[in-house]
Amino acid sequence: MLSRLLRVVAAVAGIAAGGSLLAADKHFGVPAVAFINEQVAAGWADIKLQPAPVATDGEWCRRVHLDVIGRVPTVDELEAFLADPSPNKQARLVDRLLGEDSSEEYASNWTDVWTTLLIGRSGDNDRVNRSGMRQWLRRALARNMPYDQFMHELVTATGVNKAGEPGFNGATNFLAGKLEENGLQATAKTAQIFLGLQVQCTQCHNHPFNTGRQNQFWEFNAFFRQTKALRRFGGTQEIQAMELVDEDFRGEGGNPEQAELYYELRNGLMKVAYPVFVDGTAISESGYLPGVMADGTRFGTHRRRELAGLIAASPLFPRAQVNRLWGHFLGHGFTRPVDDLGDHNPPSHPELLAGLADRFREHSFNTKELVRWIVLSQPYGLSSKASKGNATDDPASGEPPRFSRFYLRQMRAEELYQSLLTATEADAANAKGEKASRPKEQWLAQFIIAFGTDEGDDATTFNGSIPQVLMMFNGELMKTATAAGEGGFLDRTVQGEQKNAARLQRLYMAALARKPSRPEIAAATRLVEARQGDAVGALQDVWWAVLNSNEFILNH
Amino acid sequence: MLPHNAESGLTRRHFLQHAAGSAVWTGPASMLAGSLLANAPDLRRRHKAAIVLWMGGGPSTMDIWDLKPGAPTGGPFKQISTSADGIAICEHMPLMAQQMHHMSIVRSMSTREADHMRGRYYLHTGYVPSPSVEHPSYGAVVAHELASQVPELDLPPFVSIGGGSVGPGFLGMAWAPFVVDSNGTLRDLDMGIDPARFGQRLEMLAAIENRFIAERRGGPAEEHAKVVGKTVKLMSSPQLDAFKVAKEPKDVQERYGNSSFGRGCLMARRLVEAGVPFVEVDLGGWDNHADIFPTLSDRKLPELDRAMSALVADLADRGILDDTAILWMGEFGRTPTINGNGGRDHWARSWSVVVGGAGFKRGVIVGETSSDGKEVVSDPYAAQDLMASVLESLGISLETTFKARNGRPMKIANGGKPIKELFS
Repeated sequence: MLSRLLRVVAAVAGIAAGGSLLAADKHFGVPAVAFINEQVAAGWADIKLQPAPVATDGEWCRRVHLDVIGRVPTVDELEAFLADPSPNKQARLVDRLLGEDSSEEYASNWTDVWTTLLIGRSGDNDRVNRSGMRQWLRRALARNMPYDQFMHELVTATGVNKAGEPGFNGATNFLAGKLEENGLQATAKTAQIFLGLQVQCTQCHNHPFNTGRQNQFWEFNAFFRQTKALRRFGGTQEIQAMELVDEDFRGEGGNPEQAELYYELRNGLMKVAYPVFVDGTAISESGYLPGVMADGTRFGTHRRRELAGLIAASPLFPRAQVNRLWGHFLGHGFTRPVDDLGDHNPPSHPELLAGLADRFREHSFNTKELVRWIVLSQPYGLSSKASKGNATDDPASGEPPRFSRFYLRQMRAEELYQSLLTATEADAANAKGEKASRPKEQWLAQFIIAFGTDEGDDATTFNGSIPQVLMMFNGELMKTATAAGEGGFLDRTVQGEQKNAARLQRLYMAALARKPSRPEIAAATRLVEARQGDAVGALQDVWWAVLNSNEFILNH
Repeated sequence: MLPHNAESGLTRRHFLQHAAGSAVWTGPASMLAGSLLANAPDLRRRHKAAIVLWMGGGPSTMDIWDLKPGAPTGGPFKQISTSADGIAICEHMPLMAQQMHHMSIVRSMSTREADHMRGRYYLHTGYVPSPSVEHPSYGAVVAHELASQVPELDLPPFVSIGGGSVGPGFLGMAWAPFVVDSNGTLRDLDMGIDPARFGQRLEMLAAIENRFIAERRGGPAEEHAKVVGKTVKLMSSPQLDAFKVAKEPKDVQERYGNSSFGRGCLMARRLVEAGVPFVEVDLGGWDNHADIFPTLSDRKLPELDRAMSALVADLADRGILDDTAILWMGEFGRTPTINGNGGRDHWARSWSVVVGGAGFKRGVIVGETSSDGKEVVSDPYAAQDLMASVLESLGISLETTFKARNGRPMKIANGGKPIKELFS
């Protein structure tokens, strides 16, 4: 009796394991995907983790839309995917999301991500023109600019930061607000974003928890000393725009041939620094911009261009991008925080990180390719449900992530906004370009908290706390989404479907990418009774509840 | 806004009672009892609380609390004597000078985090940032330990005014700071529909929420339900009045000053009176790398002086200072040297904080710095010692141990020792 029971249990377990094996086997003919699957599975075997079963088609379709183009799928998109019989349907969907048809939405989503990275949530002031930054990013991302060129244009940008001004170059906004105090912020942010190095702590002293040394900070800083941010005034006293220019750096010692800077040790001793990259590569000490003398001799150097070249050649450059994107899609990077790749902070999957970085470089820094590899991989396709075999794999507990299931995470505020527009089929969902982003930016502003430092640090209250829930309960955006008016989403749903069951299902598919369960149908039926047959009213209540649920706001 | 007359109060209770029937939110049931209590005249029981005045950016404490007149880089400010014997502070803090008998200065803070984000985290949690654990901040710890003293409280037990504070870490989102601006504008409180219908919506929501939790997808699913419960409780509470600084008499508002920090301090007093165990009030703008002296004397210090002195005096007048700890601090101090732009840079090695109220000894100076301000020449104290002191002043046991999510035991305040000179 007992042995028979055990056989049944084993058979059931076998089916579950079989499902996963099939998924591990599936790499859509893409070697990088096979590589990810192999590496992650090796990590499971090491500590005997049993991966979660694969996510349902609905769950996978929802998460890949959210992560790639920043919104939930429409009911049509979802149904088309569910109905697709092809074994290759995931790859086909990813092709579509990374292809021409979705390029506008792809660019818009990643413009949000990169704007926050490059200039923070609140950066829009005398020095930084947010919409200029966004305009540049949108164009670069829409055409999938190779990532080395992307970095190069940001790090070496010159020109005016505001659209419509002569000499406009939106890329200048990255550095325009970071050049004060001899470019401390330019130094720290460039190292952090493009190399995954946290150097800001080493500005004043050798740091006990970081392998960076104080001289490295200032030698890195030396690359920015030819760069100036000039104020452009309009007719009034107000700053109209900022212009980034490069000019000869005469050196703090007054000798442009050997243009040095000084920094102070803790004990008061002054030291000298010239431009030296983090790996020890030194460039010319000359502070002159490149030129040619009468006799044809070339002199001078363009420090920021040298820097961009050194960054592009560094093994840390592709690693930082791989780690950031992995963190974006899987909820946790290989290191925590994702932008700290220093030796003191070893990654959870060093070979995978290095291998993906190499492949990314080999594929000419094609970011969309990297995205494709990650979202088609087995770990990205796993269910978020914990089971006995993987309950210990919980990075929230401080353990390194093993990616044996999909980790829950909250949508970003931008994703929520876009998803609400999409789910309610609002006209604004189709609006394109910068115009569409203005109401969104205004709405986002309510969540921003600035920290009152010169570095412009900020945070968001869109973090799962009470103000966020209040906004979801009662905010304007929610009122619009659940409006009962004629011609609105709910009214159209009622017109489009005859039966309450079908209407209910449509709401569930639009928001949660699944059908309602039996208890949920019962709960909805009680609402219809409470509304005494007012179908739109009852749907309004259901819609409010669905959109307010953990299942909606959490990418799962 | 919700109307506040008795009739709609009843309706609110009715809908909440209704909502309480659903499985996820047991909160509303206790809220019902809570509202009744809150309406009783004798609601003011004695409870402990803490107010942190957070000086974002790192204030130059050697220009405020530990002056070095005559030192080459001591700056231009003069000292004035205060209501506490032997304590002299900056001439631009004349109102605080009259309140120093309620406060004590710790001049021997010595830390190692001179980066804003790291320093913020360290001073708020007693721990340096770690890749594996997110530690709870003061507000979350104090709220977590003291919330049981105020069972009738509908308001969030950790309120942060005008700034974001630091999060609850492994204690979970239910202990996250409730962030408000100093005008006390709470957005989106009005449910805009009949409360009974709102209750029915909550039942539907509970069905979805519970199903998702039962699927064991991880902590965030349950955290969400907890925060929803707290939000429901808050929305319908008469205690929301505590956020309305404008209801104070004009002369009281005047006393705190017409500044956001002033309004924030006044709101902090109202919240503490309403039972909130932890309030943080944020005053940024101390990252004075350039032109520090005019910035301090013309803007920062007058605003601080007025609001902080009003808060101390008001708490003392109302007899609640003995139950309310006050802590004034930033993430670090500023360099004892003056840079080429007439500013001071980040400096963590020797700086000051100010404490008072609750179980703290008042009117004393703890520790000493060298004549140029560059060294602490007495026993140095770190962030965890300061945190332990505040907890001690509130009667929170320093033997308390939390369990982080990985099951590892974590000592409250990182095992810091209370600063002995502040007690006895």
